[in-house]
Amino acid sequence: MVRDTTVSFLGYEMKNPVVPASGTFGFGWEFAEYYDIDILGSMSLKGTTAEARYGNPLPRIAECTAGLINAIGLQNPGVAAVIGEEIPRLDKVYHGKVIANVGGHSVEEYVTTASAFNDCDKVFAVELNISCPNVKGGGMAFGTDAKIAKNLVYEVKKSVTKPLIVKLSPNVTSIADMAKAAVDGGADAVSLINTLVGMRIDIKTRRPVISVRTGGFSGPAVFPVAVRMVSEVARAVDVPVMGIGGVSSARDVIEMMMAGAGAVQVGAANLVDPYACKHIVEELPAVMEELGINSLKEIIGVANA
Amino acid sequence: MKRELLSVISCRPLNGTVFELKLAGASAMRAGQFVELSVPGFFLRRPISVADSEADGTLTLLIKTVGEGTKKLRALAPGDTLDALTGLGNGFDLDASSPLLVGGGIGCAPLYKLAKEFAAAGVRPHAVLGFRNAEEMYYVKEFERYCDVTVATDDGSAGVKGNAVTASAGIPHDRFYACGPQVMLRAAAGSLGRGQVSLEARMGCGFGACMGCSIVTTKGYARVCKEGPVFEAAEVVW
Repeated sequence: MVRDTTVSFLGYEMKNPVVPASGTFGFGWEFAEYYDIDILGSMSLKGTTAEARYGNPLPRIAECTAGLINAIGLQNPGVAAVIGEEIPRLDKVYHGKVIANVGGHSVEEYVTTASAFNDCDKVFAVELNISCPNVKGGGMAFGTDAKIAKNLVYEVKKSVTKPLIVKLSPNVTSIADMAKAAVDGGADAVSLINTLVGMRIDIKTRRPVISVRTGGFSGPAVFPVAVRMVSEVARAVDVPVMGIGGVSSARDVIEMMMAGAGAVQVGAANLVDPYACKHIVEELPAVMEELGINSLKEIIGVANA
Repeated sequence: MKRELLSVISCRPLNGTVFELKLAGASAMRAGQFVELSVPGFFLRRPISVADSEADGTLTLLIKTVGEGTKKLRALAPGDTLDALTGLGNGFDLDASSPLLVGGGIGCAPLYKLAKEFAAAGVRPHAVLGFRNAEEMYYVKEFERYCDVTVATDDGSAGVKGNAVTASAGIPHDRFYACGPQVMLRAAAGSLGRGQVSLEARMGCGFGACMGCSIVTTKGYARVCKEGPVFEAAEVVW
């Protein structure tokens, strides 16, 4: 029988739940050189800020066991170039809708950047990155204090017409409380987890590998942490949850959905295999058949009962 | 870019730290391009410059053992297979009639393919190959097949005493091509006129997705892995 891989997220019908995560897929169009990216459920674009940013000095990558630390620092061409150049280029090679990912340093910057996507038809939802560990004086501060997070979401929600997904940081005492704060502020959905703050030291030079000392740790090593947090959040709030963190296979996608994810983002796996999402999409029906799953919609949150 | 499964033809030491890895099954690549090798047990791939690439699929890599990943590559044996992303990066432009190739240490590796390409186009380059000392020299005879070669060593134990840039002074050329440590490339850019440099960077993906290796150029931000690794020397903000 034909296995139904479709899911609906915030009213957007997706062919499958596989979504490349922000920061691991650029603005998408470059991957069209490698395969037909129309097979993807959607994609979350590179984190965008009001103005162009270079990010942190090099090195901003460090290897870890089963993962990596990055401290890019939100390098992006600024929201005007994203809407005026990157999205039109993507539109030629990807025919589905996408998620715009928005970062910032201040409430005003988040509001300006997020609302800039109001008239962009290509975007079905805005993902608010309140959890970037790599931006000084912003980013993660918004994601680690429930009051500040709630207020930010509330202010952004007032001026944004697209559904709002709030991307949560795992670097907190209770991610369920942060999810509740985001929903109280008006979040239509939450996505998690962003990266875990980590650090590596070059034992020959006795200096941190990353120029700004610490960065965000991601990759297969964080998968169990992500599954636990997705499950906690799914049990704590009534909005849709997008699961992120170390997903590298169709089996991981299914496990993340059983924890409560309505769709699943794939991040670090894209960096070691540009075809990772393609393989996962292609693998899904066979794994569903093996597990006796007719439709992915049936398994969302089954493990939380 | 292609993802290809390569098989080891040979793996042999050239000196105490540098080894030559010959692989079969690779798509043909240009001088200055690089590959990303997946090393079992390590998450990120290892970016390695192409020392030679032939039409029959033979790929030659010259690798310096610097850490655990390259140590593992050094232990490869004929018949072993490697998962590789090939054809990465832009490569050198061959628009010179009197090219000067300037290599420092393991940075000599990509210049070998460049020398071969110039030779195929009927141009004999001058190559200045810099090493720390005589023990660390490699591939000098191979370069001599296609180039006039000047060897420089920091301690004077072989060739002229000095580094590849100081040893390049006075050698006539209309364009230089350099690869080596950042400090050497900056010196080359400052003293050798018009030329191209091949940069090295700690990379995440190697194909432009993660922005891990971005640098600042006079034309804006550029990814070493995608817009590079070869840049016009005058466009790099050192």
